[in-house]
This record gives sequence, structure tokens and C-alpha cells, in this order.
Amino acid sequence: MSDIVICLFSGSGYNRATQGVVGAGKRLANQINGRLHALIAGAHDPELNIRVASVADAVVTADQRELIRYQPELHLNVITQICRDIAPRVVLFGSDTYSQETAPRLAHRLGGAAAGDCLELMTDGAAIRVKRSVYGGKAIATIELKRSPAVLWLRARAFEPVDTNLASVTTVRRTRYDLQPDDRTQIIERKSEATGAARLEDARVIVSGGRGLGGPEPFKDLQELAAILGGQTAASRAACDSGWCPPSWQVGQTGKKVAPGLYIAVAIRGASQHMAGISDAKNIAAINIDNDAPIFKNCRFGIVEDYRKVIPLLKEKLAALQK
Amino acid sequence: MNIIVCLKQILDPEIPARDFRVDSEKKEAARGSANLVTNIFCENALETALQLREKSGGRITALTFGAEVAEDTLRKALAMKADAATLVVNDGHPHPDPLAVAQTLAAAIRKIGAFDLVMLGRESGDWGVAQTGGLLAEELGAPCVSFVDHIEASGDGLIVKRQTENGWEKLNAKLPLVVTITNNEFNVPRIPKTRDIMMSARQPITKWTLEEIGVNAAEIRAGGSYSEVVDLTVPVKEVTCEFVSGDTLEQKVERFAERIIEITRAL
Repeated sequence: MSDIVICLFSGSGYNRATQGVVGAGKRLANQINGRLHALIAGAHDPELNIRVASVADAVVTADQRELIRYQPELHLNVITQICRDIAPRVVLFGSDTYSQETAPRLAHRLGGAAAGDCLELMTDGAAIRVKRSVYGGKAIATIELKRSPAVLWLRARAFEPVDTNLASVTTVRRTRYDLQPDDRTQIIERKSEATGAARLEDARVIVSGGRGLGGPEPFKDLQELAAILGGQTAASRAACDSGWCPPSWQVGQTGKKVAPGLYIAVAIRGASQHMAGISDAKNIAAINIDNDAPIFKNCRFGIVEDYRKVIPLLKEKLAALQK
Repeated sequence: MNIIVCLKQILDPEIPARDFRVDSEKKEAARGSANLVTNIFCENALETALQLREKSGGRITALTFGAEVAEDTLRKALAMKADAATLVVNDGHPHPDPLAVAQTLAAAIRKIGAFDLVMLGRESGDWGVAQTGGLLAEELGAPCVSFVDHIEASGDGLIVKRQTENGWEKLNAKLPLVVTITNNEFNVPRIPKTRDIMMSARQPITKWTLEEIGVNAAEIRAGGSYSEVVDLTVPVKEVTCEFVSGDTLEQKVERFAERIIEITRAL
């Protein structure tokens, strides 16, 4: 009974977060000598299927018509069915909103225990333990899951990918499930902010703006700056709560947890709430008018100046240096 | 519509890192001089409930499971104009596991009586477990929608809007329903009026013991049958910030740009 299920929602392809989940599953399977199953729910994505099938021992998809688009109750029901058949020791999810919504409820239905936003997986004899960041990133807790299966969702980018070897690919089993209709909740409308861009969680470089920007307009500059660096734009909670940018841009304990190679904080003071979202950033740089701003305590480098003066010059210099 | 808003009292998450200590024996943050506050997402949930009541009517009960001192969180909820408040007194483990919390809340909700909508914050600012809503929905046998930032009445159900990675989804939902609430620009918690704060001090709060709500009190008090914290440490970070220097703004920005390029090339 040491099967592992990685549970993926199709729709974002074989992105960095998915690669991390697959990598974590593979390494855990080697460690506990278990069989690695992958469950892919949602619209049929042959590219994703084949990548996953080159790593996992078995792949099963749930892509029939009713499941093409996410519906909370229906997807939970089918994932529960599949997991009951496999009876895994561990189920791994990514950290997207569908995964976070599904994982605890799945754990409850399987009589297991869940833990979220995991940074590290450990086995200690038969016990499954995880490390997670708590108290807004100020502490790291080790949690032991006391029930089986352990249902875990993993922080994007905290886990390394593994190589996919397309020369050896297992069969993908596409099965139809007998679904009881459940119309207690029904998604009736969807909107994506039109960005072809990668998810914030996957970004290599992030330029982020805070309360000190004073309004929505400066975000245009930050977007241009991000574009020069091939990065993404984000914001602090204060900026999002003020309506200066969409909630999906929010980074922090109450927003997204990101792990870019470089995080440039513009007019962000760096309250612990915000720092909790960037504790995995490899490098942090800041532009702030106040040299006492807590953000500088975690910075690799910084500039103490008014961002209004810095940004136009910085764009110019970066564009020149990039050539 | 009977609305129950679950609230959690936590250690102020805004205390600076330099004042933060852990009690490695108890595997808890040391209280120190930090205040206890209501978790922000719980207040976003209460604010969303208040706005729904203003539009469509209903009755809001604030519910918490915590130490006696969590009464402060309920007083604030009453000052924000919740209709009633219930405290299930936790005299056991200071942070019981997520299933123990969900079972306690579920039992309290059943004792309160009929409910149409249960609202929670999407996660707490202390342990950030982010499971109470989902587990509570399972305990109550109700559907669950998470990351919700807007709710409106529609016929005999609701239309709820939830945030996704890069946008939003709207759902038709039948009652009863459990939702977890995230923040947006429209559910910033209101500041209670002084008069309402004074009035809230005199309002009754229902207090129940674990025995009175009919849960397995011994298991809830132990609070570690689902998961257990086996270690809690403060990570050591050693970063010193290089403040770029230069005689002119231009020189400083030039140096800043060079550092950015150095790092991005190495990525």
C-alpha cells in the first residue's frame, strides 16, 4: 500500500508548477518504493498526458464531456472515486485554487489528512511529514500527517522537475465514469484576464508595486519595466484592496506565494504579510524612499529614492544594458 | 437567510520579524507583547455577510472556537453589527488540528439550528492551514466554494463569484452552502462606530463548552488525531542589503540596473 497519486487539473499545460508536482511524486515514489499514478482531470491535453506518462507508472484521465470544465462538486466526486480504487498512501496536488479547494475535502472523504502549501516532503519510517511556512513566513513548521492517505498540496516552484523521457511512455487510460449529477453548485460564467503570460508563481522575474505608488497609473510603468526583463507584474495587498490592479496580481500571505529568481519591490514597505509571499524569492531588490522600510532587511540590493525619479531612468538603463 | 460567519482570533500577524519568538516546547509562537486580533479574511467574510444582509436581509451569527479571550473577536463582530455571537470555549490544545476545529464548528452550527450559508475566511494569518472551510463543508454535508469575493441573492439560491489564478468564475449555488472568502476592494472590513462598540460590550454572548455541543471532547482537546506539529523553528536569514551609492541619481540607478542584469543573466 505505497501507491502515490498525483492529481492534476489540465488547462495550464505542463507548466513549472505541474513539473514540480510530477517531480515530487517521482522522487517520493522512489523513496518509498511505491507506484506512481497520475490523475489528470479536465479537458483532454495530449501534450500534458504524454509528458506525465513518461514519468508516471500509470496515467488515468477524467476528461469526459461533463468534466472538461471544472465544477467543484463533480470533480471532487470523480477524483474521490478514482482515489478509492487506487487506495494510495499519498495524494499530491499543485497549489492552484482548484487544488486547494479539492484537497482537504478529498482527504475527509478518504479518511485521510491534508496539509497545504508544502515546501518539503519527508518520510520517517511509515510517517509522512511536510515542512510548511507559518506565521507569515516567520517560522517553519514540520507537520506529521496522522491519517492515511496524506493529501498534500505543494507550493509552486518549491519542488524540482524531473526529466521526461518520451522514449518510454506508459499507456494513458481514458475512462468514462458514472457521474451522479450534482447541481448544488454550477459554474455559469468564467473570465480570464487576457494575459498570454505565465502564471505569477512561475515567473522568473517579478516587478511588484505597493501602496507607495499612490494610484493605478504607475502600474503601467511597472508593466513596461517587467516587459524589458521578461517578467511579470504583481502588487501588494494594499494596492489590490485599493482597486489599482486586479486581485490576481496580489502577492503575500493573503495572495500568491511566489518564488522568482528576482523580485523587485517598488514602493512596497514590506509588512510581514507581504514578505510571507516572497520568502522563496532567490533575490529581492527594492526601490523605496524610506531607508527604514522593512523590505530592505530582506533585500540583496536597494535604492533609496523616490520611485517616480528612478523608474524612467531605470527603464532606459536596462534597455541599454540588455542590448 | 440564516448566515453563520466563523471567525478566528490570532496573534497579530503584523508583528515585526525581530520581535517574533517561538516557544519550541509548546510549538507555538510566544505571545510576547503582540496583540490578539481577528484574522483579516474572517473580517472580510463578516463584511461580505453584512453587505449581503443589507441587500437581501437575513440574520448573522458570529461563531468562534477559541479561548475565553476570543470573546473580544465576537464583541468586535457585534460592534460591526452581527446579530448574535457564540463562543465554543477551547480549554484544550491551543491550536487543535484542522479536523478537530471543523468538527467543533459543525457541532456548534447544528446546535445553533437552521443555517443557509456558512462563511469563513480562506485561511488564517497564523497557521495558514486553509482547510477549515472544506472540512466543515464535508462535516455538514454541504457543497463548498472557496476564494469567494462576492455574493448576491438570486431566487432561492445565491450567485457567488470566486477568484481563480487569472480571473474569476461565477456560480449558481443552492442552499445550504459553505463558502471561504478572500479579499477584494469591496469587502474591506468596516470600522465599527464608537456607539456600536459601546453597545457591543453589553450584548449577550452564548458560551458553550465542548461537552455541551456533543463532540468527542477528549479527542478535540487533544487536537492531534489528524495532523500534529512536530517541530517549529525560526529560519535564519542572512541577507545584508547593498544600498547602491553614487554621487548623482543617474549613477545610483545605473548601478541598480547593473545589479539587476547580473542577477537576471545568472538565472
